[in-house]
Amino acid sequence: MSSNNQQLVEKQKVVVVGNGMVGHHFVEQLAQLRTANPAIEITVLSAESRLAYDRVHLSEYFSGKTAADLAMTDEKTYQEWGVKFQTDAKVIYIDRANKQIVTKNDEVIEYDKLILATGSYPFVPPIPGKDRDHCLVYRTIDDLDDIQASAKVSKVGVVIGGGLLGLEAANALTALGLKTHVVEFAPQLMGVQIDAGGGRLLKEKIEALGVQVHTSKATRIIEDGDECRYKLCFSDDTVLETDLILFSAGIRPYDNLAKSFGLEMGERGGIVINNQCQTSDENIYAIGECALWNNFIFGLVAPGYNMAKVAAKHIMGEQASFTGADMSTKLKLMGVEVGSIGDAHAKTTGALTYTYENQPEGIYKKIVVSSDKTKMLGAVLIGDTSEYDSLLQYMLNAIDLPASPEALILPSSGEKPTLGVDALPDNAIICSCHNVTKGDIISSIDQGACTLGDVKTCTKASTGCGGCTALLKNVADKEFSSRGVEVKKDICEHFAYSRREIFDIVNVEKIKTFDELLASHGKGHGCEVCKPLTASILASVWNDYILKKPHLSLQDTNDTYLGNMQKDGTYSVVPRVAGGEITPDKLIALGQVAKKYKLYTKITGGQRVDLFGARVEELPPIWQELIDAGFETGHAYGKSLRTVKSCVGSIWCRFGVQDSVAMAIALENRYKGLRAPHKIKFGVSGCTRECAEAQSKDIGIIATEKGWNLYVCGNGGMKPRHGDLFAIDIDDETLVNYIDCILMFYVRTGDRLQRTSVWMDNMEGGLAYLQSVIIEDSLKLTDYLQAQMAAIIGTYQCEWKTTLSDPEALKRFKPFVNSSKPDSNIIFVQERDQIRPATTDEKIAQRSQTVKITNAGKIAEEA
Amino acid sequence: MSEQTISAKNKHWLTICQTSDLIKDSGICALIEQEFEEKQVAIFHLPNTEKQVYAVGNYDPIGQANVLYRGIVGSVGDDIVVSSPLYKQHFCLTTGKCLQEDKYIEVFPARIIDDYVQLFV
Repeated sequence: MSSNNQQLVEKQKVVVVGNGMVGHHFVEQLAQLRTANPAIEITVLSAESRLAYDRVHLSEYFSGKTAADLAMTDEKTYQEWGVKFQTDAKVIYIDRANKQIVTKNDEVIEYDKLILATGSYPFVPPIPGKDRDHCLVYRTIDDLDDIQASAKVSKVGVVIGGGLLGLEAANALTALGLKTHVVEFAPQLMGVQIDAGGGRLLKEKIEALGVQVHTSKATRIIEDGDECRYKLCFSDDTVLETDLILFSAGIRPYDNLAKSFGLEMGERGGIVINNQCQTSDENIYAIGECALWNNFIFGLVAPGYNMAKVAAKHIMGEQASFTGADMSTKLKLMGVEVGSIGDAHAKTTGALTYTYENQPEGIYKKIVVSSDKTKMLGAVLIGDTSEYDSLLQYMLNAIDLPASPEALILPSSGEKPTLGVDALPDNAIICSCHNVTKGDIISSIDQGACTLGDVKTCTKASTGCGGCTALLKNVADKEFSSRGVEVKKDICEHFAYSRREIFDIVNVEKIKTFDELLASHGKGHGCEVCKPLTASILASVWNDYILKKPHLSLQDTNDTYLGNMQKDGTYSVVPRVAGGEITPDKLIALGQVAKKYKLYTKITGGQRVDLFGARVEELPPIWQELIDAGFETGHAYGKSLRTVKSCVGSIWCRFGVQDSVAMAIALENRYKGLRAPHKIKFGVSGCTRECAEAQSKDIGIIATEKGWNLYVCGNGGMKPRHGDLFAIDIDDETLVNYIDCILMFYVRTGDRLQRTSVWMDNMEGGLAYLQSVIIEDSLKLTDYLQAQMAAIIGTYQCEWKTTLSDPEALKRFKPFVNSSKPDSNIIFVQERDQIRPATTDEKIAQRSQTVKITNAGKIAEEA
Repeated sequence: MSEQTISAKNKHWLTICQTSDLIKDSGICALIEQEFEEKQVAIFHLPNTEKQVYAVGNYDPIGQANVLYRGIVGSVGDDIVVSSPLYKQHFCLTTGKCLQEDKYIEVFPARIIDDYVQLFV
């Protein structure tokens, strides 16, 4: 790029019209790309009252999700990205000559590059009566609110349109308790994606679920009903009574803005774009459902995301082009699995089909192959989509078919030919939501990803619809094993078991010491991996004092000395300050101890005080004074509960809705000392402002008007992860019950040094699985988990208090077995009025000075 | 171990402590004060191995601190090792060799005589 161009780029004002999923994705892409060039100014204008939300999962709004759950961004995120935004700011005028737009609020905004991401609107057929009350559409959260309100005063609902969205909408009406009908003009359901045979079976299955399907019906007029509010009169003179009418007869591009201001349009609508997503005005781009590429409108989110990426790159001067998209889809409609791949209708010249139908079990499968039977062209799957991934890969990558292609869809009577991931080329798309190829996955592993969770985090693969989970695992596992990363989970050379297996062995065989475990299940002398791991499991299962003789040699130095070893071999001291609440007297006591022992003092991120620079021999007297002042150990050294961070909550704060401090203190005291695969942090916020940053914690709790929302498996640190919303508006007791079970389940099943975030990322079934285990008790495990937690809570002891009363344990805190001198290599210097460890050069300088003074005579003699 | 060759250099067996001061499968530290220098020696007690006691320099040449006696002991293959508590490298207790980097620590002959622990220094 020339320097001239660079300057132009630096001054660019990029204005995005529309904040749907695609518009938001564009903002995200551009915000990431411009990190190298922060002078780009991004402005987003949304006609809706809220910022971008997930329309793909809209129907979940009726099964308990809130608008906040569906949100894809919020004001804070945009502020952090430095993105300007306005809601309720519909654009009404484009002045292309002066590069300006005008919003409905008469605000004039200048642009250098304008992005139209206006999306689409539901098509409502011109049926007389269509504008009456309770005749609704299904597109936005506001629409859903209208539907919900109307359903309250209705008994029967009709969806007009039997396509993909229509069936989604029918599902929503059923969820709202309405007797539901679907009316379709064509002779079958989902005519775009599936063939007549599949449509017939789909209809049967949906009717079996209690939804009446009426195909080949054209609605002539909507009249007053006899028993219900309205009556649909069809062209064949039949009628259908209903209280609520939902139109879902396809979408139309929201292109009137472009049309009014002279951009080139398609014959039947849509803003014409080139491969760089530019419209006929090179400074105006169009992306998503409003854009017409190659005379085609893409009504799926994945191609929209792709366009967003291309447009963002093009604006930044990078090479990128949009070259179409595969419209294959796999989804679950009202519990019925449906898959459609490529040329589902066998329209390609010479195409041949194989069909398998199992009416009793409700399964229909068809593949469409080329005339020479060597390539996959398309497929339809109803009732069972387990072959979707491999069929799709055959088609996308033009992989040669096996000799009898029908074997790909026949039930496994014999050997089913499996598509090895080796057969996939590097450019094979594994995750179509985020456009991740096999090559992307391999390069993420090249760059250091060493678990499936890492790969997901780096590439985003499988974090969209999740349809590619199994395939992703195959590709990653194959790659791991080909580079000698063993996928087996042996913890070390001494034990051929995973942490979870060892946990079960200890539990079932009632093993109480490492030596017993090594003798019965291991070999060699153990190591720094299996010893602390066993110590942690013994502590979780039996909760003995960790410095009890048989366990002493198993502990990491931090656990042995009940402090955190620093680089110079000294330790830090962190007493527990539950919930971050501390009295002035205790604060003074802390200060006095720090002053007396000349410790470097710092406030931690977990709302407590860390005292650094204590030598081993100083630890017992320091802790004696702290315990006398009412403190107890903070377990900052352990793989265990660290802190429960809290905001000040409803007691003081004007905005708080629950007493977050009291809850934080109660939780910290409940779980203190619990040993786990890794450290655990909590946060409790007293309102949705989230001042305690609870969503970045392993267990995050946010107060609501009605109780608490529980988030799980968040993480700050190296790979930040927002917690997943686990339960909504629960009371104190339920909250504690859930946390008991989640923590014990983690303690039981987590891998060594696996934080909850990675544990969740690697959990098959993810959040939904964890919810089923804990909330629905699907494994019949919660009684056991609660009993185990109760036992641990019941046997809590302050490890420092126990240590101080045990002369045997105190022996370890002597620096030398044969001398009471201190370690002469620990040297401090002053900085900002406190101590810090001396550097190597400072040590040398200081030592030679000491030698000069004390041994002056001797040195002179030698010289 | 060829004690004679070493004893030729004015070294001798020095009694450090009693066996009851040792900690099973773990380490303690001794301070050896000689004329011009102090030496810290980490002494490990592994009763399930042939040699029973092992003594090596306490200074971790990688972490540059006197900490090795606070490491976890165990085995890597056939080597009896201590893992540094700072950065977890393994040092072989019989050869002093670091298994991960090209570094060595000093090794001292050690023995148990009549409930006393002795080092050859």
